[in-house]
Formats: sequence, C-alpha cells, structure tokens
Amino acid sequence: MARGTAATGRKGRREAASAPPPRSSLAEGVRAGDSLSVARAISLAEDRSPEGAALLADLAPSTGRAHRIGVTGPPGAGKSTLVNGLARLMLDGGRTVGIIAVDPTSPFTGGALLGDRVRMQGAAGDPRVFIRSMASRGDLGGLAAAAQDACDVLDAAGKDRIVMETVGVGQTEVEVAGAADTVVVILHPEAGDGVQAMKAGLMEVADVFVVNKADREGADRLVQDVLDVLELRRAAPGDGWRPPVLKTVASTGEGLPALLASVEEHAARSRASGSFDRRRRGRVRSRIRDLVEESLRARVLGAGGDALEGLVDEVVAGRESPRGAALRLLRRVTGGREPGSDHGWRR
Amino acid sequence: MAGGGRRSGGDAGRGSGGARPSGRRWSDRLVDKVKRLEADLDAARAPGKPAGPGKAPAGGRARASRGPSGDPLLEARRRWQEGFDAAPPAGPDREKPVTVSLRPMPPLCDPTDLAGKDHLADIGWPGEFPYTRGIHRSGYRSKLWTMRQFAGFGTAKDTNERYKFLLANGQTGLSVAFDLPTLMGYDSDHPSSEGEVGMCGVAISSIEDMDLLFRDIPLDRVSTSMTINGPAAILLALYVAVAEERGIPSEKLRGTLQNDILKEFIAQKEFIFPPKPSMKLVVDTIEFGVRRMPQWNSVSISGYHIREAGSTAAQELAFTIADGFGYVEAAMERGIDVDAFAPRLSFFWNAHLDFFEEIAKYRAARRIWARHMRDRYRAKDPRSWLMRFHTQTAGVSLTAQQPENNIVRTAIEALAGILGGTQSLHTNSMDETLALPSEKAVKIALRTQQVLAHEHGVASVQDPLGGSWLLEKLTDDLEREAEEYFRRIRDQGGVLACVEKGFQQREIARSAYDYQRALERGDRVVVGVNRFVEEGERIEIPLLKIGKEAEREQRRRLKRLRSTRDGAAARGALDAVRRDAKADRNLMPGLVAAVRARATLGEIVEVLKGVYGVHEETPEF
Amino acid sequence: MTERRIRVLICKPGLDGHDRGAKVVAASLRDAGMEVVYTGLRQTPEMVVETAIQEDVDAVGLSLHSAAHMTIFPRVLKLLRKRKADHILLTGGGIIPDEDRRELEEMGVGRLFGPGATSEEIVQYITAEVGRRRAAARAGA
Repeated sequence: MARGTAATGRKGRREAASAPPPRSSLAEGVRAGDSLSVARAISLAEDRSPEGAALLADLAPSTGRAHRIGVTGPPGAGKSTLVNGLARLMLDGGRTVGIIAVDPTSPFTGGALLGDRVRMQGAAGDPRVFIRSMASRGDLGGLAAAAQDACDVLDAAGKDRIVMETVGVGQTEVEVAGAADTVVVILHPEAGDGVQAMKAGLMEVADVFVVNKADREGADRLVQDVLDVLELRRAAPGDGWRPPVLKTVASTGEGLPALLASVEEHAARSRASGSFDRRRRGRVRSRIRDLVEESLRARVLGAGGDALEGLVDEVVAGRESPRGAALRLLRRVTGGREPGSDHGWRR
Repeated sequence: MAGGGRRSGGDAGRGSGGARPSGRRWSDRLVDKVKRLEADLDAARAPGKPAGPGKAPAGGRARASRGPSGDPLLEARRRWQEGFDAAPPAGPDREKPVTVSLRPMPPLCDPTDLAGKDHLADIGWPGEFPYTRGIHRSGYRSKLWTMRQFAGFGTAKDTNERYKFLLANGQTGLSVAFDLPTLMGYDSDHPSSEGEVGMCGVAISSIEDMDLLFRDIPLDRVSTSMTINGPAAILLALYVAVAEERGIPSEKLRGTLQNDILKEFIAQKEFIFPPKPSMKLVVDTIEFGVRRMPQWNSVSISGYHIREAGSTAAQELAFTIADGFGYVEAAMERGIDVDAFAPRLSFFWNAHLDFFEEIAKYRAARRIWARHMRDRYRAKDPRSWLMRFHTQTAGVSLTAQQPENNIVRTAIEALAGILGGTQSLHTNSMDETLALPSEKAVKIALRTQQVLAHEHGVASVQDPLGGSWLLEKLTDDLEREAEEYFRRIRDQGGVLACVEKGFQQREIARSAYDYQRALERGDRVVVGVNRFVEEGERIEIPLLKIGKEAEREQRRRLKRLRSTRDGAAARGALDAVRRDAKADRNLMPGLVAAVRARATLGEIVEVLKGVYGVHEETPEF
Repeated sequence: MTERRIRVLICKPGLDGHDRGAKVVAASLRDAGMEVVYTGLRQTPEMVVETAIQEDVDAVGLSLHSAAHMTIFPRVLKLLRKRKADHILLTGGGIIPDEDRRELEEMGVGRLFGPGATSEEIVQYITAEVGRRRAAARAGA
C-alpha cells in the first residue's frame, strides 16, 4: 500500500510521516475517487511540478466527461451560498460534484485566508462532494491553468459537475470562471446599478445571469438593467442561446431549482449545437499556447539569467536594441535558428 | 529641549474613535488647547449658549484667541510640561502607555481638560438626568450592589448544591451558567452534545431538570439571572412553568434573562435562528414581561462578550448601546409603549484592566442611554432613562500563568465596577483560564467583593471620582466615540443590517488582532506572561474536573422522561408552538404550555428551526 | 521549484462559539505567508478530517474552550489515522489543563497552546514541525 509507513509507530509520538504515494498509484487513486489521492493530485497540479505534469498526462484519458460550470460575480454577491445550494440540488439529482473555490492571496505576505467553505457547510458534509479552496497566489499567473488542472483531476475522479467559483473583480478571476462550459454570473442589488459588473467584463462571459438577494430593494431594477444591456448585444453572433436573467435568494434556496434547470439546459443545448466542442477546443488551444509560452519563458530566461543582465547593460548603454537582445537570448535555446521559422525546435 | 519630541505621541495617534493630530509636540497642542479654552470661556460668558461636549469642533472654538499669557493656570501647566518633557521614561512601555483598548493615555489632566464643561447638563447629581454620577440618589448607602456569582456545572443536582453553598456564604442572587448544548438548544442526549454535557455550565433539557436546579430555593424570594440567548424564550418558559407548578405566579418572579441575541451574532456566536426571527423571539419575551412579569428584566444588553471577543472599551460601549436601541425600536415597532418595557431593560458590562477607562465607560454609558431614551425615543417615565447594570470582571484579563495573581487583577477590576456604580457584580475566580472554578476559588472571589464592600471604604461616597479631570475627560471622549459609531451604524441601515453585514464583527476582529500585535511588541505588559515569567512554573491550585457522569445521568433522565410522559400531550403542545410560529403569534404562552407538557428544550428548538431556519455566519477578519 | 506554501486548516469544533483566538491565529498564519483554510464554527470531527483531506493541508489547528477537548482531539486523531491522513499535524489551543495536554500529546497530538501563547510561537512551531514532516516524507518516498 502506498501509505504503508503510516501503519507503524502508532503508539506514542509518530516519528516518520507517511510518504506520498508513487505516481501511478496516485492516478489509480484519483480514478477510484479516493479523497486523499484527489487532494494530493490537485496539490501537485497546482504547484506546476514535473510530477504534476506527468500525473495529468496519466489522467488525461479519464477526463472530458464532466460539465464545468464557472460561477463569478462581485464580492458579497452570495456566490458561495449559491454554489452550496446548487451543489445540494445537483446531489439530489443524483450527480457527483466537485467545487474549486478561489480566494485572493494577500499581496503583502503571500498568505491567504480561504473562507469559502464556511458557506458551503451543507454540501461540505456530503461525501459525494469534493471541495477545494485555492489561493490566487497573487500575480504569479497560472491561476487559470491551475484551476483547469484541478478540474481535470476532479473530472478524472468521476465528478459529473464541477463548479469553479471566483470573485469577479480582476481579469484573472474572470478568466478562471470564464474558462468553463457554462458560465454563471451573479449580481446583487446592493452592489449598485450593475454597471460595475459590466465594466469588469462579466457581461461578455455570461451564459446565465443571476440576480441574487432578489428579496432586497432594487432587484427588479437590476434585472431590467441587465436585460437592457443584453438587448444591445442581441446582434452578437452565437448559437442562438440567449442568456436568461434569473432571480434567486440563495440563503433560502429560492430560485435555485430554476437556475439549475437553466444551467442544465445550456449544457444540453451547447452540446447539441456544437458550441460546447468549439469552446472546449478554444480552451484547450489557449492552454497549450500558455503552456508553451510558460515553458519557453522558463527555458530562455531560466537558462540565461546572467546573460539577461548582460543584455540589459548593453541595451541601456545603447549598444543593442531590446528586440535584438531578445533574439540573441532566444537563439540560445533554438540553436541559432530564429523562433517562428518552419524548422521547429531543437531539444 | 531634550526629548521634546519623545513624548509627542502622548495622547495622539491611534484612538478608538476619530483621527487625531499625530506627530505634533505637546507644547504645540497645548497652544491649541489654550485657544480652545479661551474660546470656550467666551462662549460660556455669552448668554444662554454653553458649549456642550462633542459638539463644537476644535476649529470652531478658536475664534477669539486672547493669547496664553497672563493666566496663572496655563503658566503653571506650561512649567510642569517642560519638566515632564525633560524627564526620561522608565522603559519602553512607560514612554507612550496605552490602555488595553490601545488608547494612548495623557501624562496628566488638569482643569484645562474640562474647559467649558456644563456641570449641570453633563455631570449633574446622582439620581438626576443625565445620571452620569449614578441612577440612585442614595447609591450604595441604601443598598449595596448584589453579589451575584455566575455558576453552573454538571447536572441540575450538582449546581443546586453549589447554589445552596453560595447562598449560605452570603451571596444575594443566583446566576445560572448553562452548558453549551443547552445554550445551543440541544438536549443532553443529542449527538452534537457529546462531550459537552455539564462541562461549561449546567445541563437543562426539560422542566424536570429546571425543577431540580431550584430545589429548596424559594423562587418568590431570590432573584435569578439566566445567561441564555438563542433559546432564551424557552428557558424563561421553563422558569415560569416551574414556579407555576409550585403555585408561584409569574408576577412574583424577580431576575434577569440575558436574551441579548444581537451580541451573539456580533461576538459570542451562540445563535440558533437567523437574525430576524431571533429578534422576534426577543420581542415576544419583552411583551410577555410587560403583561406577566413586572419584576423581571427581559433583556440584559451585554457588552461583556463583545469586550471578551476583543473589542475596545469604546466599541463595547457603542455596540452594546446600539443593540439596546435595536431592542427598543423592535419593541416599539410591535406597538409596545416605550415606558412599559424600557424600565425592564438592563445592561451587562465588562470590567477590564484599565481602571480609569472602565469607570469612565460606565459613566458615559448611563449618560448616553438617558439622553437617547429621553430625547430620541421620547420615553416619559424617568425609569426608562435609567441604565441599571451588572458587571463582571474580565475573563480575558486572567492568565493561566501564576493564577493566584488573578485574585489581584479581579479585585481591582471589581473596584472599577463599584466606583462606576454597578448594581450587581460577578468576580471571576483565579482558576478560570484553567478549568471551571473550584469551590475554594469561587469563595475567594466572593470574599473579594465582601472585602471591597466592607473594609476599604470604597462604597461610602457616591461617584467618588466624579470631577476628576481625567475621569471627566475620558467620559466625554468615550461618549463622543460611541456617538460616532452610532452614526456609522445608522448610515449603514441600522444595527440589524450591520450585524448581517458583519460590520461590528469586523471591527472587533481587527481590534483583537491589533491588541495581539501590541502585546507581542511589548507595548502591553502582562505579568507572568511576557514579564516576570517563572520558568518551569507548576500550577498548584486545585482544579475542578467534570467527568462524563453528568452526560450519562442526563441521558438516563431524558430517557425516563420521554418514556413516562404523555406523548400525545407533548406532541400536541409542540404542534401548537409550530402553529404560533407560523402565524407569527407571541410564542411565550405556547412555550410555557409545551414545557409543562414535558416537551424538551431540544424538541421545541427543532420545531422552531423548521419554521425559522438556522443561521450560518460568514466569518469576518 | 520553490517549496510549497504551508497550508493549515483552522477549525472550531464543538458547540463553543468563542472564536477570537481562532481568528487571531488564522490571521497571524496568513500574515506569516501560509494558506489558511478557515471553516468557521461547530465542525464535527468527521467534518474536520474530511476538510483536512480535501484541502491537502499540512496541519490542522483546533481551537477549543469548552472542555470538550478530551472528546474531540482523540476523535480527530483517530479519524485521521483511519483515513490514512496522519501525515497531517494535529495541533491546537484553548483552555486545556496541563494534565490533559500531556495525555493528548502522549496520544500523538502535536503541541497545544494555552492562553498567553504568542502567534510567533505558533508560526514557528508549525513551520518547524511541517518542515520536519515534509523532510521525513521525502526521505521515506
């Protein structure tokens, strides 16, 4: 057994902590839906480690079944409570559920307080739900990729529905939730007139709009505001899906069955119309691109750290242009050929 | 001037209330103060318009500057200041001492601090509006404070024995501490109760437990305080029902129900139902009190727990009184006349380490309450203006290290409560950071009150610190800071809206964090913890250990109750409670009937959860 | 590759609602650069362990003031072992008499912090103990 060492030293203080299981058994564990394996696999993926990359490769054949739902909106909109209620309904419908909840990292210390689970107590107690809190880890980038990888792990673990929840404040966060099969944008009347949400680019990504806290003043006006904006965009090309604007009170569960029905309808319609595949292809395409960029950047700059400073000196001194310096650096890994030529890369 | 800048933070920098000028020298600020004084004197001389505290901003007062020269008082102050500035401080914590609320304290107060003060309007006389100096004319001369030690552990039988012990030793009122399952509305045999039955208080699940708790105690002659909030209405029903079964009408019962659910959402977190139905239950008990319990305090509006959760003194004052306004408004909304219920509202304050700040807090509290009750809520009966309060010494100020030192801390905190004019007092036992108090520790705590009452002469003169320049200044400062919070709460839609948004919770969490940082920087000294530490210290006081027998005993008792009661009657009574809740009727009569039908606390709470739902909070940091 | 950030789960199991200590510690750990999962009040031991596993934390800190520590700590420990997750450090604090503290430490619970412990001490302990366990896990892998 992978965690054999854990069996020793039960009496008194344990000395040796158990070792993480080897990769192949980890992939098996994930496919079997074992919580420990799933959790560890997400950590490996999140850390962008070589082990993680290999593990994801092992899991790849088992992915692609789950429907991924992005949920985003401004702070205080009631996202976690709504996700909790939605998850419970999905469970009632016989689904298994995975949730990735993203919270911001403190830019000052790199630490984070991840508190979304508090509002997911209902779902958290159910063994058919796997919830993972993820810190945005500041401006290091890669959050979108990490969240996608985590979704792949949950997908391979057999979850039918995977919800990614982020605060829709920054580009990155919106991007994370936007990279889903169905995107739910939550607004609430107390955030003002909804203009803010429109500014943040939320309106463009939404497949379903939710006005939560619909029992509060201003809810109907907000619904109308959103409908007005959608009217302007009516001519936009698409598959004929018109984002509905639904009202919910997540704290009491009001409106959640209609929301779930709408999400499921979008899932079915987009699969039938082919837009599901187009989106997924687009997502995969940009992930591959991102990964290429990431590894290229790491190789070029990682290998040439000292060289970079030398080139900076030259550019500052006026002996070289920035573009020329970049090409010289790139040639170090392309074996003299210019990137972008038809000859491909030399290892 | 050597070290002139050193003291510049004397009363500047971080305060609990508004921003103050910082980084300025004492002497500069003295000039400002002088200008204010002069302006105030002018204003006071002008006919008919005294400058009240907290109204005129500093800038507005400095119109008629006459220059500082010539006034012997100011000259003397300046002379002293120079001498002070030249003296080196004894250590880092002596340079800019702060209170436990991180309020910077001035090195001296003098008459210039009270410039323009209107004695009659702001300070007055005991027993007269605005009651800054006390609510009774005769103070402790006609009645000492009630010595009321909070107690409860194990089963009702164990606690009943402790009560009889305390009464035999001269305690004058009872105060029930319930265990956590009871506080959360669970019966002792509920799975969530496991390991907690009787641990932090007494376990009460049914009328039979309540009856046993008060066996041999004449309910028409003692006053009983019950610290319970989420299920308070049910515990009140239990008390009333036990009395009824002994032939004592509810009109004769004296005591206090804590019943302060707002501070549970804000600080102590022992809530069950969401805020709105929780408030409805509170108003039900207020209304029941108006009709049936004229001697009963329906709500004990509590700052104690807000303070223990880490608030500053100003936040304790402000959030608690704001909660009080919340109850007043809720009861008035139901159509109850303010003068019918306001005299039965009482308060519960913390007595923390900083002696002067605490005394000022009690004085400010009385004045604020009186002003708002008379002028804002238009109460006509002077009894509605009076803030009667209980005080408990600060549990958080006790240390696990060298626990005997806690006796001293508690004594001085208790003294602050007494000098602040408290109506009743609980003194903590020295061992409370380690376990529930042992009998010996409880007795010392009670004796501490008796020594203070009878040996030190501190109960002879009313408001003995009234007129102290420092005390009056702190009283004014705290009142102003509280008013600023009232404004912020009003701007955010009132106390319930703020509670739902977590406003108070966030403010308190930040104060708690700031205090912890200050402690770790060494800005505050805690004897035995970060100074005067004894390495390898061994605790040598006896500790009370509660075993699991209470839990087993309670399970047996409940099993018997459920098998011997008239099941149909209990179910019928529970259905009636459900109907009342759905129809939004006052629940109290139905609750009394239900507990008399042997329905248990947990069963009733389950019924109400079905109607109202349960509350889950969003934590604030 | 940089060392993974330390992840800690801070919980308040049991019925007690006094969360001042838990929150101050959670904020201190965050400020020390850790990722802190905070689950709020009234968690059962089963919920604590399930969360610890799903979140792949290095340590679990329980805050207890209700004297239920002798019920809750052993149960969490037992469940961690049963779920083969006892590589996770179980620590905590609150009002816990010395005698009970020793007994719990004998069982395999990590250090328990009483009133007066500084956040610095807690940060240092968790950092050191998690570092030790990670090193041991790597050596055993």
